[in-house]
Amino acid sequence: MGNESLYYRFDVDGENFTSAGEASVQTKRILRRVGFSPDIIKRVSIAMYEGEINMVIHACGGVVELFIEEDKIKIILTDHGPGIENIDLAMQEGYSTAPDNIRSLGFGAGMGLPNMKRYTDSMEIESKVGEGTKITMTVNV
Amino acid sequence: MKMTDIARLLDCDVLCCEDQLGGHVYSACGSDMMSDVLAYVKNQAVLLTGLLNTQVIRTAEMMDMVCVVFVRNKMPSEEILRIAKESGIVVMSTKYRMYEACGILYANGLNRIEGDNRG
Repeated sequence: MGNESLYYRFDVDGENFTSAGEASVQTKRILRRVGFSPDIIKRVSIAMYEGEINMVIHACGGVVELFIEEDKIKIILTDHGPGIENIDLAMQEGYSTAPDNIRSLGFGAGMGLPNMKRYTDSMEIESKVGEGTKITMTVNV
Repeated sequence: MKMTDIARLLDCDVLCCEDQLGGHVYSACGSDMMSDVLAYVKNQAVLLTGLLNTQVIRTAEMMDMVCVVFVRNKMPSEEILRIAKESGIVVMSTKYRMYEACGILYANGLNRIEGDNRG
């Protein structure tokens, strides 16, 4: 890959639960094409997928950006949803503010953010109530 | 175990990607909660579930799973099958309930994950 970096941007449609995950599927294909190991590909795509699902559940969609750099893969998730009131609480496994209808779809168990942290090497959350959330994750390669 | 064995043991209707039934699988998990699958599953190739929506297939794809079995005679929509075909994931439907379906596969040698006591 040399010193070049690759950049991709995906819009996540907040109205459509069915299409959630499309950015992660595309990312998985891009990373395979570039030739990353299955472990790296899996970690990046799971972290991004959880982020996408969160955007659809909580924030009416948003934007996912993927940066493929020489030594790391960076994912930036940006939304203009309600923001996260208490980030420490949101990071606890099992804590969720998702409504019951989301649980009946198989999500909202309070595992999304902890999973994103578990599968990445770094994760930073910037959030303002009423304005939105920006999450930056990196996976070292 | 081959996926053809799963289809036979659970008396499944195979709904897509039949051409891949000859592939071997070594472990499976059963869950209706995709959050848990994303959190706890490691290297399992087969997902048994009673949940019926497109995110089941997306979750399977993220986890590098190759086969989804819908229990209790649940029949996936065309949309679910379209996504599964795109991803090359075998989809089956069985009349058995989750507990029985998992038990039959386990008793016939399909284990859960190596190296993790959850899931």
